[in-house]
Amino acid sequence: MNADIFLWLAQDGVTNGAIYALLALALLLVFAVTRVIFVPQGEFITFAALSLSMLEAGRVPGTIYILAIGGLAAAAIEGFGAARSRAWRRLPRIAALYVVLPLAVALLVAWAAPRKPDQWLQVLLVLAMVVPLGPIVYRVAYQPLASASVLVLFIASMAVHYVLVGLSLVFFGGEGLRSSPFWDARFKLGVLEVSAQSLWVLAASLVLIVALWLLFEHTIYGKALRATAINRVGARLVGIPTALTGQLSFLLAAFIGAVSGILIAPITTLYYDTGFIIGLKGFVGAILGGMASYPLAALGALGVGLLESFSSFWASAYKETIVFGLIVPVLVWLSLRSRHVEEEEERE
Amino acid sequence: MSAALELEGFSVAYGKVEALHHASLRVAEGAIVTVIGPNGAGKTTLLGAIMGLLPSKGRLHYAGAALEGAPTEERVARGMCLVPERRELFAELSVHDNLLLGGFHRRREGARALAADMAQVYARFPKLEERASQLAGTLSGGERQMLALGRALMAKPRLLLLDEPSLGLAPRIVREIYHIIADLKRTGVSMLLVEQNARAALQVADYAYVLEVGDIVLQGPAAELAGHPRVIETYLGLSSAAPRAGAS
Ligand SMILES: Nc1ncnc2c1ncn2[C@@H]1O[C@H](COP(=O)(O)OP(=O)(O)OP(=O)(O)O)[C@@H](O)[C@H]1O
Ligand SMILES: [Mg+2]
Repeated sequence: MNADIFLWLAQDGVTNGAIYALLALALLLVFAVTRVIFVPQGEFITFAALSLSMLEAGRVPGTIYILAIGGLAAAAIEGFGAARSRAWRRLPRIAALYVVLPLAVALLVAWAAPRKPDQWLQVLLVLAMVVPLGPIVYRVAYQPLASASVLVLFIASMAVHYVLVGLSLVFFGGEGLRSSPFWDARFKLGVLEVSAQSLWVLAASLVLIVALWLLFEHTIYGKALRATAINRVGARLVGIPTALTGQLSFLLAAFIGAVSGILIAPITTLYYDTGFIIGLKGFVGAILGGMASYPLAALGALGVGLLESFSSFWASAYKETIVFGLIVPVLVWLSLRSRHVEEEEERE
Repeated sequence: MSAALELEGFSVAYGKVEALHHASLRVAEGAIVTVIGPNGAGKTTLLGAIMGLLPSKGRLHYAGAALEGAPTEERVARGMCLVPERRELFAELSVHDNLLLGGFHRRREGARALAADMAQVYARFPKLEERASQLAGTLSGGERQMLALGRALMAKPRLLLLDEPSLGLAPRIVREIYHIIADLKRTGVSMLLVEQNARAALQVADYAYVLEVGDIVLQGPAAELAGHPRVIETYLGLSSAAPRAGAS
């Protein structure tokens, strides 16, 4: 291996690693606030990436049907709950949030798609379609289970994952899609040739990470999210609505998933189920960070990107095996350590 | 006088086991009411169910509104606040952020109103100001209790539920806490106080209930109850028995 190849692999690894880092942060956030292991995160990547490619081709993305179906399901659940407690005052808000808003977005996209809007408008449309799916998925699948165990929530996650992948196949079909880069240029930095798209990815990831940090450190809503993650009873006692923090964390996760999908769409060819593997790599990053520390998770995810890139050079057939094999020693170490912690608590 | 809180036939169960049976209880507007009882009587259960942390059966009226089944956040928004027995602080957040979140339901009142209240809390508990940027989880037991009370003050409650606010505190801090309770009473806050220290509770309270194994067995004006033989024997026991110690 010479220096050129090394740098090229490193660039590739860091670019993918930045996306995995974003996903790892989202997974950690959702887990901390709701105790949900958010397997379906990958589907938001798929939806966003495929929607972008289809908008680019002037086609109407199937995401609008998924959004409409999800919205109606959430409206039915909320409406049924409101009717049972005779809280008719809540109905207009439910209708606006879960019926009118998704339908308005769907109609807008259906109208705009054949007119081939500018790329940045396409990005906005994709966000408008995918981000509301986060709170909707939380409302339909997880909120009714809010006090269930981590295992039950995980099983629910698997179910949601299969349902969404199924919908993805129905509405996107089996073809692979790739969108055109936002900025098709290459720069020479010494011996290294950098693609403009990877700069985009890095810049967007950094901006998002800083924005998340500002949210959590400097706004009352960010602090309320952290407080819910730290002590659910305490959070309820100061009047933080825990259903709302759940929805908010899913909104952020969907946003991060959608942005990751948009960033990755020009780099990789995506199929209806590709997002799952990408999300899983973010998950490996989060596990490397012990499912607890945001900086460690981001570093772990960056490591996953690099490892993947270098192993694709040396042992390309075993690329995925090596990345996912990494989980085993970490899990062993984590479980040894957690037994230790429990013992300490018992001694108290 | 009108009632700040009124419970009727109020029952709470953990699964199939009922821990509170058909309790009826009333807190008059602006009054301090205390509930005393032995360990495991159901005092913490009662306060948790009033806040909506535990499901309950029966009638619960607060400031004239029926709140059965209302979520905890709605009760907080209407001015109820609990200082829980286990404090339930945000261990990995700073003292400052814990106080700030105490005022979460008042977030729309603006930063200035909250900052003024924060200054008041710090004036009451200078210890907390010294440790403003320290993580709550690293505070001493007593400091944690001050923080729990400070966080409740930030909510500007109209009905404050206190679960053993002076447990394990040094006498000087206990006096400070009872000062605060008296101050709050003067500003019209109604309170429901649960205490191990029955003597202190009966001194400060207007009305008292005795709870034993999930049943209210005695009630009356606090001064009267403090003279009731059963209360003296069981709850004020030690000191009234002290003169006779060694006699038999
Ligand atoms: N989560 C729970 N699950 C089952 N039973 C519980 C639970 N919490 C409390 N109990 C039971 O309910 C009864 C009342 O408990 P509670 O904590 O309300 O007592 P308390 O009066 O506050 O006692 P203390 O003075 O010791 O704080 C006890 O018998 C207790 O064992
Ligand atoms: Mg108790």
